[in-house]
Amino acid sequence: MATTAVTRPSAEAAPTLRQRLRAFFGNYVVRKILKALITTWAVTTFTFFLIRLLPGNPIEQFVNQLIVTYGIPYNEAQDQASALFAIDFDRPIGLQYLDYVRNLLRGDMGMSILSPGTPVTDIIKTWLPWTIFSVGTGLILSFISGVVLGLLMAYRRDSLFDHILTLYASIMTSVPNYLIAIIVIVFFGVQLEWFPIAEMRGVLSPGIEPGLSWTFIKDAIFHASVPVIVYTITGMGGWMLTMKSSTIGVLEEDYVTISRAKGLKDSRILTSYVGRNASLPIFTQLAIAIGFVVGGSVIIESLFQYRGIGFTLLQSVQRRDYTLMQGVFLMLTFSVIFANLLADILYSWIDPRIRLEDQG
Amino acid sequence: METQHENAMIGWLKQRIQGLRTTLRIMRYNTVGYIGFLAIVAIVLLSYIGPYFIELDTDTKIDKIYNTPSSEFWLGTDHQGRDIFSQIVHGGKDVIAVGLAAGLISTIIGVTFGTLSGFIGGWTDTIIVAITDFVLTIPRFPLLVVLAAILTFDSNIYLGVILGLLNWPSLLRAVRSQALSLKQRDFIAAARALDLGTAHIVFREIIPNMMSYIIISFTLAMTGAIYALVGLVLLGLAPFSGTNWGIMLSLAWTRGAIFFKDSIWYIMSPVVAIAILQLALITMNRSMELIFNPRLRTEA
Repeated sequence: MATTAVTRPSAEAAPTLRQRLRAFFGNYVVRKILKALITTWAVTTFTFFLIRLLPGNPIEQFVNQLIVTYGIPYNEAQDQASALFAIDFDRPIGLQYLDYVRNLLRGDMGMSILSPGTPVTDIIKTWLPWTIFSVGTGLILSFISGVVLGLLMAYRRDSLFDHILTLYASIMTSVPNYLIAIIVIVFFGVQLEWFPIAEMRGVLSPGIEPGLSWTFIKDAIFHASVPVIVYTITGMGGWMLTMKSSTIGVLEEDYVTISRAKGLKDSRILTSYVGRNASLPIFTQLAIAIGFVVGGSVIIESLFQYRGIGFTLLQSVQRRDYTLMQGVFLMLTFSVIFANLLADILYSWIDPRIRLEDQG
Repeated sequence: METQHENAMIGWLKQRIQGLRTTLRIMRYNTVGYIGFLAIVAIVLLSYIGPYFIELDTDTKIDKIYNTPSSEFWLGTDHQGRDIFSQIVHGGKDVIAVGLAAGLISTIIGVTFGTLSGFIGGWTDTIIVAITDFVLTIPRFPLLVVLAAILTFDSNIYLGVILGLLNWPSLLRAVRSQALSLKQRDFIAAARALDLGTAHIVFREIIPNMMSYIIISFTLAMTGAIYALVGLVLLGLAPFSGTNWGIMLSLAWTRGAIFFKDSIWYIMSPVVAIAILQLALITMNRSMELIFNPRLRTEA
């Protein structure tokens, strides 16, 4: 007995460094994190060259604008640009790139051109919560209602209920969401006067300060309500159709037939057996959709004059505030990368087969 | 001799008509898809033939601002008293052209590289998939907004090309997974055994078998491009000359759709036109599937 206990470690232990590395990089989660890091690096590099090296790039345009409008000599204009973009133009492009990456790692995205002295990150911090609040609420509401309705549609397939909702979902997935927003504003706001559009512009009424007060919460909900309704009714369609087809697949599984044969109640089969399994793949899509929450609102926010991050991006482009534009764009992309990573990990956790499948 | 030649001509014509009839009959299996197809035909005729018959109304008529529909102005008049219907007739061409250009470019990229990636595998596959994942990560509409600040979208076709160059990743993924599954089939193994060459196998064996996927992807790419085009115009970031549905929409919105109740015909005309075009493109797919994928016909 004693001998086996002694010999066992020597036989099994001491994996070589190579084996350890292989095990480490073979790990599903590690590989996904590496991929996210590489994508992040690629996106920042892409943005760097997009803003700096393209003919007619923003920095060149900004310098020219200073020279033409204010008659500032070239050197001074470049100094100003260099201070705003946090980039030293006298250094070779390679070193400029390193500076840029170093600044980003510290969370420094430069200063806004139009509001001098305000860091880009501060502007993002001010407007981002409004987008997360409005688009996020819309996403949650559309997801829940879409999943429930999709489940019922699959369960009552080919009924009138299914036909009407399928038609609705098809319209919502093919007609651009901003057209639906315009229809809502024109019909319910202007024609029927159900809500006062002019007063609802912006994120808050004038004079109301963010804080933990009832007036603030009420006002925030008042201003976000119509955009949220639009996000919900337009977003629902896609979830309904995905959930419907996913449920139809599950309904054909043997365990559903068996639980029916066992005489389980319909409601129990629907919730505990079918619903749970059919919604698995949809949760990954939800994680991906969360990444696009931040960016998916440029047009609708500008229609409602709802000042979130999408509206800020549009304004930075219209007013040529390039440092702000670069910052918002990077932030939008990072959130997508992060959400994709989350989706990958979530899915492997929900469905362990994934982890083993593409290990090779 | 001559009658024989004529007979051959008539025979050929009859065959064509017969073929067309069969195609239409197949499309009619799916009512919704057939309606979508008819709507597309109507929109294309209206936009490309209509302008020869209906002149674009450019006269400002101060006494006829925001008129409601009448026998003179079928869809009413705009903020300068101009006929809205004539603008709808003239405004479809550009939208359809940009959509077609963008759709074609992304379909060519997606199909070519998707099939190669799936069929060849190995390093080619790894690289193509990595690039696709990368492009898929960048939020497309925000990128377009940023690009609008750097490049100047001064012509519709230029914009169409840019939209096409950004729109292919999801299409490539769909095509690649199709190619991967087709690769396993017996007829591809047979073609390989006959040593028919990669080009022959890809273009003669695999792509024809993916036709329904390609057509669907093409229309999806087209709707995606139209979504982006109209969105950019609405935000004032895209070409703003001539008459098209996007510009009409943008003008109607900025010239007081929110303030004047009478302007409803002006704003709703382009909204409905764009919505019908998008909806018809998507629904038409159901009939297209039937034509290119005979296996579906029995189910219908």
